[in-house]
Amino acid sequence: MPDKKQDLIDQSLQDLNNDGVDRRGFLKCMAWAGTGLVWTMSGGIPVSRAFAKSGGKGSDNDAGKGADFSFVQISDSHIGFSKPANPDVTATLQTAINKINAMPHTPDFIIHTGDLSQLSKPSEFDTLDQVLKGASAKQIYFVPGEHDMLSDNGEQFLQRYGKGTKGTGWSSFDHKGVHFVGLVNVANLKAGGMGSLGHEQLEWLEDDLKGRSASTPIVLFAHIPLWTIYPDWGWGTDDSEQALSYVKRFGSVTVLNGHIHQIMQKVEGKVSFHTAMSTAFPQPAPGTAPSAGPMKVPAEQLQQVLGITDVNYVVSGRSLAIVDSPLAG
Amino acid sequence: MTKQNMWVAGFVAPLMIAILLLCAGSPNVMASNNDKASAATAAVKIDNFVFGPQTLTVPVGTTVTWTNSDDIPHTSVSTEGVFKSKVLDTDEKFSYTFTKAGTYPYYCTIHPKMTGTVVVQ
Repeated sequence: MPDKKQDLIDQSLQDLNNDGVDRRGFLKCMAWAGTGLVWTMSGGIPVSRAFAKSGGKGSDNDAGKGADFSFVQISDSHIGFSKPANPDVTATLQTAINKINAMPHTPDFIIHTGDLSQLSKPSEFDTLDQVLKGASAKQIYFVPGEHDMLSDNGEQFLQRYGKGTKGTGWSSFDHKGVHFVGLVNVANLKAGGMGSLGHEQLEWLEDDLKGRSASTPIVLFAHIPLWTIYPDWGWGTDDSEQALSYVKRFGSVTVLNGHIHQIMQKVEGKVSFHTAMSTAFPQPAPGTAPSAGPMKVPAEQLQQVLGITDVNYVVSGRSLAIVDSPLAG
Repeated sequence: MTKQNMWVAGFVAPLMIAILLLCAGSPNVMASNNDKASAATAAVKIDNFVFGPQTLTVPVGTTVTWTNSDDIPHTSVSTEGVFKSKVLDTDEKFSYTFTKAGTYPYYCTIHPKMTGTVVVQ
Protein backbone atom coordinates (compact mmCIF):
# COMPACT_ATOMS: atom_id res chain seq x y z
CA MET A 1 0.00 0.00 0.00
CA PRO A 2 2.57 2.45 -1.05
CA ASP A 3 0.35 5.37 -1.87
CA LYS A 4 -2.55 4.94 0.46
CA LYS A 5 -1.40 7.46 3.01
CA GLN A 6 -0.39 9.88 0.34
CA ASP A 7 -3.76 9.53 -1.32
CA LEU A 8 -5.56 10.28 1.90
CA ILE A 9 -3.40 13.26 2.41
CA ASP A 10 -3.92 14.48 -1.09
CA GLN A 11 -7.60 14.04 -0.64
CA SER A 12 -7.77 16.02 2.56
CA LEU A 13 -5.55 18.72 1.20
CA GLN A 14 -7.76 18.99 -1.80
CA ASP A 15 -10.80 19.27 0.44
CA LEU A 16 -9.09 21.83 2.57
CA ASN A 17 -8.01 23.86 -0.34
CA ASN A 18 -11.37 23.65 -1.98
CA ASP A 19 -9.99 25.88 -4.63
CA GLY A 20 -10.17 23.64 -7.64
CA VAL A 21 -6.44 23.14 -7.57
CA ASP A 22 -5.32 19.57 -7.44
CA ARG A 23 -2.46 19.32 -5.01
CA ARG A 24 -0.91 16.31 -6.63
CA GLY A 25 -0.96 18.22 -9.86
CA PHE A 26 1.03 20.90 -8.19
CA LEU A 27 3.47 18.50 -6.65
CA LYS A 28 4.04 16.87 -9.97
CA CYS A 29 4.90 20.03 -11.76
CA MET A 30 6.72 21.92 -9.10
CA ALA A 31 10.40 22.59 -9.10
CA TRP A 32 12.49 22.65 -5.99
CA ALA A 33 13.87 26.09 -6.36
CA GLY A 34 12.69 29.49 -7.33
CA THR A 35 9.57 29.24 -5.29
CA GLY A 36 7.42 31.69 -3.48
CA LEU A 37 3.89 32.21 -2.40
CA VAL A 38 1.16 34.56 -3.32
CA TRP A 39 -1.02 35.64 -0.46
CA THR A 40 -4.38 37.16 -1.09
CA MET A 41 -6.42 38.82 1.60
CA SER A 42 -10.10 38.31 1.01
CA GLY A 43 -12.45 39.55 3.68
CA GLY A 44 -9.59 39.45 6.14
CA ILE A 45 -8.85 35.82 5.47
CA PRO A 46 -5.42 35.19 3.97
CA VAL A 47 -5.30 32.58 1.27
CA SER A 48 -2.12 31.49 -0.39
CA ARG A 49 -1.47 29.94 -3.74
CA ALA A 50 1.56 29.00 -5.66
CA PHE A 51 2.77 31.42 -8.24
CA ALA A 52 1.51 30.04 -11.44
CA LYS A 53 3.30 28.33 -14.15
CA SER A 54 2.14 30.72 -16.79
CA GLY A 55 -1.30 29.64 -17.92
CA GLY A 56 -0.85 26.51 -15.89
CA LYS A 57 -3.32 24.11 -14.43
CA GLY A 58 -5.65 25.21 -11.72
CA SER A 59 -6.33 28.81 -12.74
CA ASP A 60 -3.51 30.00 -10.57
CA ASN A 61 -3.50 33.24 -12.43
CA ASP A 62 -6.74 34.14 -10.72
CA ALA A 63 -4.84 34.59 -7.50
CA GLY A 64 -5.61 38.26 -7.23
CA LYS A 65 -9.20 38.16 -8.42
CA GLY A 66 -11.80 39.21 -5.91
CA ALA A 67 -9.15 39.74 -3.29
CA ASP A 68 -8.67 42.87 -1.29
CA PHE A 69 -4.96 42.67 -1.91
CA SER A 70 -2.16 40.20 -2.29
CA PHE A 71 1.42 39.92 -1.16
CA VAL A 72 4.22 37.45 -1.72
CA GLN A 73 6.41 35.67 0.79
CA ILE A 74 9.89 34.56 -0.20
CA SER A 75 12.49 33.15 2.15
CA ASP A 76 15.98 31.77 2.69
CA SER A 77 17.75 33.09 -0.39
CA HIS A 78 21.20 32.37 1.12
CA ILE A 79 22.98 34.54 -1.45
CA GLY A 80 26.64 33.47 -1.37
CA PHE A 81 25.92 29.76 -0.90
CA SER A 82 27.63 27.77 -3.65
CA LYS A 83 27.71 24.18 -2.46
CA PRO A 84 26.40 21.20 -4.46
CA ALA A 85 22.85 21.55 -3.14
CA ASN A 86 22.62 24.63 -5.37
CA PRO A 87 25.71 26.18 -6.98
CA ASP A 88 23.73 29.19 -8.24
CA VAL A 89 21.38 30.57 -5.63
CA THR A 90 21.31 33.97 -7.34
CA ALA A 91 19.76 32.40 -10.43
CA THR A 92 17.04 30.64 -8.45
CA LEU A 93 16.21 33.83 -6.58
CA GLN A 94 15.96 35.52 -9.96
CA THR A 95 13.55 32.76 -11.04
CA ALA A 96 11.40 33.51 -8.02
CA ILE A 97 11.37 37.21 -8.84
CA ASN A 98 10.51 36.46 -12.46
CA LYS A 99 7.55 34.45 -11.23
CA ILE A 100 6.37 37.34 -9.11
CA ASN A 101 6.73 39.69 -12.04
CA ALA A 102 4.74 37.36 -14.27
CA MET A 103 1.73 37.48 -11.98
CA PRO A 104 -1.26 39.17 -13.55
CA HIS A 105 -1.81 41.23 -10.42
CA THR A 106 1.17 42.96 -8.97
CA PRO A 107 1.35 42.09 -5.28
CA ASP A 108 1.18 45.06 -2.94
CA PHE A 109 4.46 44.04 -1.35
CA ILE A 110 6.90 41.23 -0.70
CA ILE A 111 7.90 39.81 2.66
CA HIS A 112 11.31 38.16 2.93
CA THR A 113 11.44 35.95 6.00
CA GLY A 114 15.19 35.92 6.46
CA ASP A 115 18.48 34.32 5.55
CA LEU A 116 18.93 36.79 2.74
CA SER A 117 22.65 35.98 2.74
CA GLN A 118 24.83 33.01 3.54
CA LEU A 119 27.57 34.80 5.50
CA SER A 120 26.30 38.37 6.06
CA LYS A 121 28.85 39.64 3.54
CA PRO A 122 28.29 43.09 2.01
CA SER A 123 28.78 41.58 -1.45
CA GLU A 124 26.04 39.05 -0.76
CA PHE A 125 23.60 41.74 0.33
CA ASP A 126 24.60 43.74 -2.76
CA THR A 127 23.74 40.82 -5.03
CA LEU A 128 20.42 40.31 -3.28
CA ASP A 129 19.59 44.00 -3.72
CA GLN A 130 20.39 43.80 -7.42
CA VAL A 131 17.99 40.91 -7.94
CA LEU A 132 15.21 42.34 -5.76
CA LYS A 133 15.47 45.65 -7.56
CA GLY A 134 13.88 43.92 -10.53
CA ALA A 135 10.77 42.90 -8.63
CA SER A 136 7.45 44.36 -9.72
CA ALA A 137 6.51 44.96 -6.10
CA LYS A 138 8.67 47.79 -4.87
CA GLN A 139 7.87 47.52 -1.19
CA ILE A 140 9.76 44.69 0.51
CA TYR A 141 9.68 43.96 4.23
CA PHE A 142 12.50 41.96 5.78
CA VAL A 143 13.22 40.13 8.98
CA PRO A 144 16.72 38.75 9.53
CA GLY A 145 17.68 35.10 9.61
CA GLU A 146 20.61 33.87 11.66
CA HIS A 147 22.79 34.02 8.53
CA ASP A 148 22.16 37.76 8.26
CA MET A 149 23.65 38.66 11.63
CA LEU A 150 26.73 36.50 11.71
CA SER A 151 29.65 38.74 12.47
CA ASP A 152 28.31 42.13 13.49
CA ASN A 153 25.20 41.36 15.57
CA GLY A 154 23.10 42.35 12.61
CA GLU A 155 24.34 45.94 12.36
CA GLN A 156 24.66 45.78 8.60
CA PHE A 157 21.28 44.12 8.21
CA LEU A 158 19.66 46.89 10.24
CA GLN A 159 21.33 49.57 8.18
CA ARG A 160 20.27 48.06 4.90
CA TYR A 161 16.89 46.48 5.62
CA GLY A 162 15.76 47.53 9.06
CA LYS A 163 15.49 51.29 8.90
CA GLY A 164 12.89 52.50 11.34
CA THR A 165 12.61 49.16 13.10
CA LYS A 166 13.03 48.58 16.81
CA GLY A 167 15.66 46.58 18.68
CA THR A 168 17.27 43.99 16.44
CA GLY A 169 14.83 44.69 13.61
CA TRP A 170 11.26 44.16 14.73
CA SER A 171 8.43 46.38 13.53
CA SER A 172 4.78 46.45 12.58
CA PHE A 173 2.68 48.09 9.92
CA ASP A 174 -0.91 48.23 8.77
CA HIS A 175 -2.00 47.48 5.27
CA LYS A 176 -5.60 47.78 4.15
CA GLY A 177 -6.98 46.82 7.52
CA VAL A 178 -4.54 44.02 8.21
CA HIS A 179 -1.92 44.41 10.94
CA PHE A 180 1.49 42.94 10.08
CA VAL A 181 4.19 42.32 12.65
CA GLY A 182 7.75 41.37 11.73
CA LEU A 183 9.57 39.67 14.61
CA VAL A 184 13.24 38.78 15.12
CA ASN A 185 13.95 35.43 16.75
CA VAL A 186 17.56 34.91 15.65
CA ALA A 187 19.38 37.38 17.91
CA ASN A 188 21.18 36.62 21.17
CA LEU A 189 20.52 32.91 21.01
CA LYS A 190 21.31 30.95 24.16
CA ALA A 191 23.38 27.78 24.31
CA GLY A 192 21.19 24.71 24.06
CA GLY A 193 18.15 26.74 23.04
CA MET A 194 16.11 27.33 19.90
CA GLY A 195 14.97 30.63 18.42
CA SER A 196 14.35 33.42 20.89
CA LEU A 197 12.35 36.65 20.86
CA GLY A 198 13.53 37.96 24.20
CA HIS A 199 11.85 39.94 26.91
CA GLU A 200 12.19 43.37 25.31
CA GLN A 201 10.62 42.33 22.04
CA LEU A 202 7.81 40.46 23.77
CA GLU A 203 6.96 43.56 25.78
CA TRP A 204 6.95 45.60 22.62
CA LEU A 205 4.68 43.07 20.91
CA GLU A 206 2.19 43.06 23.76
CA ASP A 207 2.09 46.82 23.62
CA ASP A 208 1.85 46.89 19.83
CA LEU A 209 -1.23 44.66 19.84
CA LYS A 210 -2.90 46.27 22.81
CA GLY A 211 -5.97 48.31 21.95
CA ARG A 212 -6.43 46.77 18.52
CA SER A 213 -9.84 45.41 17.69
CA ALA A 214 -10.11 41.62 17.95
CA SER A 215 -11.52 41.62 14.44
CA THR A 216 -8.30 43.00 12.97
CA PRO A 217 -6.60 40.26 10.95
CA ILE A 218 -3.07 39.77 12.28
CA VAL A 219 -0.08 38.49 10.32
CA LEU A 220 3.06 37.65 12.29
CA PHE A 221 6.23 36.89 10.36
CA ALA A 222 9.65 35.80 11.61
CA HIS A 223 12.52 33.67 10.36
CA ILE A 224 12.51 30.65 12.68
CA PRO A 225 9.11 28.98 13.10
CA LEU A 226 7.05 30.37 15.98
CA TRP A 227 5.76 26.88 16.64
CA THR A 228 7.84 23.92 17.67
CA ILE A 229 8.43 21.72 14.66
CA TYR A 230 11.52 19.75 15.65
CA PRO A 231 13.40 20.74 18.81
CA ASP A 232 16.37 18.46 18.09
CA TRP A 233 17.22 20.67 15.13
CA GLY A 234 16.26 23.86 16.89
CA TRP A 235 13.19 24.28 14.69
CA GLY A 236 11.12 26.32 17.05
CA THR A 237 11.22 29.41 19.25
CA ASP A 238 11.68 29.05 22.99
CA ASP A 239 9.41 31.91 24.00
CA SER A 240 6.92 31.79 21.12
CA GLU A 241 4.07 30.76 23.43
CA GLN A 242 4.31 34.07 25.17
CA ALA A 243 4.05 35.88 21.84
CA LEU A 244 1.11 33.74 20.75
CA SER A 245 -0.73 34.42 24.00
CA TYR A 246 -0.95 38.05 22.91
CA VAL A 247 -2.76 37.18 19.66
CA LYS A 248 -5.22 34.67 21.13
CA ARG A 249 -8.07 37.16 21.29
CA PHE A 250 -7.87 37.97 17.59
CA GLY A 251 -10.23 36.32 15.15
CA SER A 252 -7.70 35.70 12.39
CA VAL A 253 -4.00 35.18 12.96
CA THR A 254 -1.53 34.03 10.35
CA VAL A 255 2.06 33.14 11.22
CA LEU A 256 4.57 33.07 8.36
CA ASN A 257 8.05 31.63 8.84
CA GLY A 258 11.03 30.34 6.89
CA HIS A 259 14.25 28.71 8.13
CA ILE A 260 13.34 25.07 7.53
CA HIS A 261 13.31 25.27 3.71
CA GLN A 262 10.11 23.31 3.30
CA ILE A 263 6.40 23.81 3.59
CA MET A 264 4.71 22.93 6.83
CA GLN A 265 1.47 24.17 8.20
CA LYS A 266 -0.91 23.71 11.04
CA VAL A 267 -3.95 25.39 12.46
CA GLU A 268 -4.43 25.89 16.16
CA GLY A 269 -7.63 27.65 17.11
CA LYS A 270 -7.72 30.79 15.04
CA VAL A 271 -4.01 30.75 14.37
CA SER A 272 -2.68 29.39 11.08
CA PHE A 273 1.01 28.54 11.00
CA HIS A 274 2.93 28.24 7.82
CA THR A 275 6.55 27.85 6.72
CA ALA A 276 7.79 28.71 3.25
CA MET A 277 10.20 27.01 0.94
CA SER A 278 13.64 28.42 0.34
CA THR A 279 14.62 30.06 -2.92
CA ALA A 280 18.06 28.47 -2.51
CA PHE A 281 18.15 24.84 -1.42
CA PRO A 282 15.98 22.27 0.31
CA GLN A 283 16.49 20.83 3.75
CA PRO A 284 15.46 17.38 4.91
CA ALA A 285 12.21 16.61 6.64
CA PRO A 286 12.58 16.54 10.42
CA GLY A 287 14.56 13.55 11.62
CA THR A 288 15.05 12.04 8.17
CA ALA A 289 18.75 12.95 7.96
CA PRO A 290 21.66 13.20 10.39
CA SER A 291 21.31 16.96 10.34
CA ALA A 292 19.33 19.85 8.91
CA GLY A 293 22.06 20.71 6.39
CA PRO A 294 21.45 21.44 2.71
CA MET A 295 19.95 18.50 0.88
CA LYS A 296 21.22 17.60 -2.55
CA VAL A 297 18.52 15.73 -4.41
CA PRO A 298 17.23 15.49 -7.94
CA ALA A 299 14.14 17.62 -8.43
CA GLU A 300 11.82 14.63 -8.80
CA GLN A 301 12.83 13.15 -5.48
CA LEU A 302 12.52 16.43 -3.76
CA GLN A 303 8.96 16.79 -4.90
CA GLN A 304 8.11 13.54 -3.20
CA VAL A 305 9.73 14.50 0.06
CA LEU A 306 8.01 17.83 0.16
CA GLY A 307 4.66 16.24 -0.48
CA ILE A 308 5.04 13.81 2.37
CA THR A 309 6.37 16.38 4.78
CA ASP A 310 3.52 18.70 4.04
CA VAL A 311 0.98 16.08 4.89
CA ASN A 312 2.21 15.23 8.33
CA TYR A 313 1.54 18.66 9.65
CA VAL A 314 -1.81 19.31 8.09
CA VAL A 315 -4.74 19.39 10.45
CA SER A 316 -7.61 17.83 8.60
CA GLY A 317 -11.29 18.25 9.15
CA ARG A 318 -11.32 22.01 9.29
CA SER A 319 -11.18 24.75 6.79
CA LEU A 320 -7.67 26.06 6.53
CA ALA A 321 -7.24 29.72 6.09
CA ILE A 322 -4.00 29.23 4.28
CA VAL A 323 -2.75 26.67 1.83
CA ASP A 324 0.35 26.86 -0.26
CA SER A 325 2.27 24.99 -2.90
CA PRO A 326 5.63 25.41 -4.51
CA LEU A 327 5.60 26.39 -8.11
CA ALA A 328 6.94 25.00 -11.30
CA GLY A 329 10.04 26.41 -12.82
CA MET B 1 73.50 2.80 43.31
CA THR B 2 75.79 5.01 41.26
CA LYS B 3 75.42 8.73 41.24
CA GLN B 4 74.07 8.59 37.69
CA ASN B 5 71.43 6.00 38.58
CA MET B 6 70.29 8.08 41.50
CA TRP B 7 69.83 11.03 39.15
CA VAL B 8 67.69 8.91 36.88
CA ALA B 9 65.56 7.62 39.73
CA GLY B 10 65.19 10.96 41.43
CA PHE B 11 64.53 13.25 38.49
CA VAL B 12 64.11 11.67 35.10
CA ALA B 13 61.84 8.82 36.16
CA PRO B 14 59.22 10.97 37.92
CA LEU B 15 59.22 13.29 34.92
CA MET B 16 58.62 10.37 32.60
CA ILE B 17 55.84 9.07 34.82
CA ALA B 18 54.24 12.49 34.87
CA ILE B 19 54.31 12.68 31.08
CA LEU B 20 52.91 9.18 30.79
CA LEU B 21 50.12 9.96 33.23
CA LEU B 22 49.17 13.09 31.33
CA CYS B 23 49.03 11.21 28.07
CA ALA B 24 47.17 8.24 29.47
CA GLY B 25 44.42 10.45 30.82
CA SER B 26 43.91 12.17 27.49
CA PRO B 27 43.49 9.83 24.57
CA ASN B 28 42.62 12.69 22.24
CA VAL B 29 45.84 14.48 22.82
CA MET B 30 48.78 13.94 20.55
CA ALA B 31 51.79 15.09 22.54
CA SER B 32 55.29 14.81 21.23
CA ASN B 33 57.52 13.06 23.76
CA ASN B 34 60.85 13.92 22.25
CA ASP B 35 60.33 17.63 21.81
CA LYS B 36 59.65 19.56 24.98
CA ALA B 37 58.85 22.76 23.03
CA SER B 38 55.97 21.32 20.99
CA ALA B 39 52.67 21.89 22.75
CA ALA B 40 49.86 19.37 22.90
CA THR B 41 47.09 19.68 20.35
CA ALA B 42 43.60 18.27 20.07
CA ALA B 43 40.88 18.45 17.47
CA VAL B 44 37.13 18.96 17.45
CA LYS B 45 35.38 18.20 14.22
CA ILE B 46 32.12 19.96 13.38
CA ASP B 47 30.12 17.55 11.31
CA ASN B 48 26.39 17.29 10.68
CA PHE B 49 25.66 20.02 13.21
CA VAL B 50 27.52 18.16 15.97
CA PHE B 51 30.76 18.95 17.82
CA GLY B 52 32.82 15.76 18.00
CA PRO B 53 33.83 14.66 20.53
CA GLN B 54 31.10 16.41 22.46
CA THR B 55 33.27 16.39 25.58
CA LEU B 56 36.99 16.73 25.06
CA THR B 57 39.42 16.28 27.96
CA VAL B 58 42.89 17.77 27.58
CA PRO B 59 45.83 18.80 29.77
CA VAL B 60 46.58 22.42 30.54
CA GLY B 61 48.43 24.07 27.67
CA THR B 62 46.64 22.15 24.93
CA THR B 63 45.66 23.94 21.75
CA VAL B 64 42.26 22.78 20.55
CA THR B 65 41.38 23.25 16.89
CA TRP B 66 37.80 23.22 15.63
CA THR B 67 37.25 22.42 11.94
CA ASN B 68 33.91 22.94 10.23
CA SER B 69 33.13 20.09 7.85
CA ASP B 70 29.55 21.19 7.14
CA ASP B 71 28.17 23.06 4.13
CA ILE B 72 26.71 25.54 6.60
CA PRO B 73 28.68 28.04 8.70
CA HIS B 74 29.12 27.45 12.41
CA THR B 75 30.85 29.13 15.34
CA SER B 76 32.52 27.86 18.48
CA VAL B 77 31.86 30.29 21.30
CA SER B 78 32.50 29.84 25.01
CA THR B 79 29.28 30.09 27.00
CA GLU B 80 31.23 32.04 29.63
CA GLY B 81 32.99 34.37 27.24
CA VAL B 82 36.40 32.69 27.42
CA PHE B 83 36.86 32.21 23.68
CA LYS B 84 34.97 33.12 20.55
CA SER B 85 35.61 32.00 16.99
CA LYS B 86 34.76 34.01 13.95
CA VAL B 87 32.16 32.49 11.67
CA LEU B 88 33.65 29.28 10.29
CA ASP B 89 32.61 28.52 6.75
CA THR B 90 33.20 25.09 5.23
CA ASP B 91 36.67 23.72 6.11
CA GLU B 92 37.64 26.79 8.11
CA LYS B 93 39.37 26.32 11.46
CA PHE B 94 39.55 28.01 14.82
CA SER B 95 42.16 27.31 17.52
CA TYR B 96 42.34 28.21 21.17
CA THR B 97 45.01 27.32 23.73
CA PHE B 98 43.71 26.41 27.16
CA THR B 99 46.13 27.70 29.80
CA LYS B 100 43.99 27.13 32.88
CA ALA B 101 42.36 24.01 34.25
CA GLY B 102 38.59 24.04 34.24
CA THR B 103 35.43 23.07 32.40
CA TYR B 104 34.66 25.14 29.34
CA PRO B 105 31.17 24.76 27.87
CA TYR B 106 30.73 26.23 24.39
CA TYR B 107 28.14 26.36 21.62
CA CYS B 108 27.44 27.44 18.07
CA THR B 109 25.85 30.88 18.24
CA ILE B 110 24.18 30.28 14.87
CA HIS B 111 22.73 26.91 15.85
CA PRO B 112 22.57 27.05 19.66
CA LYS B 113 21.35 23.47 19.92
CA MET B 114 24.94 22.56 19.08
CA THR B 115 26.86 22.43 22.33
CA GLY B 116 30.15 20.94 23.53
CA THR B 117 32.53 21.00 26.47
CA VAL B 118 36.31 21.12 26.83
CA VAL B 119 37.58 19.83 30.16
CA VAL B 120 41.10 21.07 30.93
CA GLN B 121 42.99 19.19 33.65
